[in-house]
Amino acid sequence: MIRWLLLALGGAVLGGIVHLATIMILPRTATQDAYSRLARSVPVNSVTELKAPAPEAAPMPFMDPAFASAVCRYDLTQGPLKLSVPVSLAYTSVSFYTRYDVAYYAINDRAAGRRVIELELMTVDQHNQMPEDEDITAADRLIVESPTVTGLIAIRALAAEPGLMPLAKRAVAAAKCVRAE
Amino acid sequence: MRLLLGSLFALIVAAVVGLGATYLALTRGATFGPLTIGSWTAWPKTGTVDTDPYAKASIARIGRLPTALGDGVAFTASADDSGRPLDGRCDVVLSGVTPAARFWTLTLYNPDGELVANSINRFGFSSQEIVRNADGSFEIVVAPRANPGNWLPTGGIERYILVLRLYDTAVGVSTKAGREVPMPAVTVRSCP
Repeated sequence: MIRWLLLALGGAVLGGIVHLATIMILPRTATQDAYSRLARSVPVNSVTELKAPAPEAAPMPFMDPAFASAVCRYDLTQGPLKLSVPVSLAYTSVSFYTRYDVAYYAINDRAAGRRVIELELMTVDQHNQMPEDEDITAADRLIVESPTVTGLIAIRALAAEPGLMPLAKRAVAAAKCVRAE
Repeated sequence: MRLLLGSLFALIVAAVVGLGATYLALTRGATFGPLTIGSWTAWPKTGTVDTDPYAKASIARIGRLPTALGDGVAFTASADDSGRPLDGRCDVVLSGVTPAARFWTLTLYNPDGELVANSINRFGFSSQEIVRNADGSFEIVVAPRANPGNWLPTGGIERYILVLRLYDTAVGVSTKAGREVPMPAVTVRSCP
């Protein structure tokens, strides 16, 4: 009897390890996460508009229907990216996600303080390799460091009323995500 | 033989306990650092690099992108103030005010995060669309049939969740639930 109890206890401890391991591994093996889903339909290093969510079909679950949205799936292996997003009437935001859908940075129109949100995206290594004086002379250059080489940028503009949706869509469609020269 | 049987038993226990706990954690939601105000719960840390492994696993499973903290905070309600799950066949009233934010949106989803089809194609409200009282408070009726004022249709589904997203807000990781963050009350007015 005691023998079986001990075996059950040992099994439970092992089960705890199995539990932690599966939780840690899951994001790396998931095939239906936001990045993997978009990777199948969205070209790399360019802005793609996302369809507005509807009851039958949505690009991903839990999208806010009040927003016009677009994504830029990026790959920084070839070099840094330049991103520019014109701000729309109400509220515009740009959020950055790693390959495993972790939000690591976000900026909105008010924080940018201009008519266009402009920034450069690079890996930590690429930032370190930049000539130092270049970094200083361009003090108003906003540089964002990506923790992973690939990832997603979500560009979203709010249509505070349904009638403003075309304007928000136009702002999002005018966003650019290109290789920096 | 006894050794083989014993280790087989231990391994089966390990698999059941381990995978069972993972399944429960991902379906019931087990994320650290929730911010609960009334019926509403947000996980501000999930929108930062400090997000925990449980949140990462659950986000990968659902396939959504979390709201980044620099963008806003998303509060979710799946039950009313007395703890009863939200039922789309009942008339539910949201009343009160929201914390300070430049904009907010309220959206109704089914438990899988999909929008719910309805006759007037209304899936939510933004802070600018709402009809308010003189003191700035508002009332939104979430109901299957048309109601005067701010009506959010449920399409008559059995279970739904409400997501209130605050954009460009000071509410975040350091916020403590209290008087400084007033959230709308969620009450059932009538149930068939």
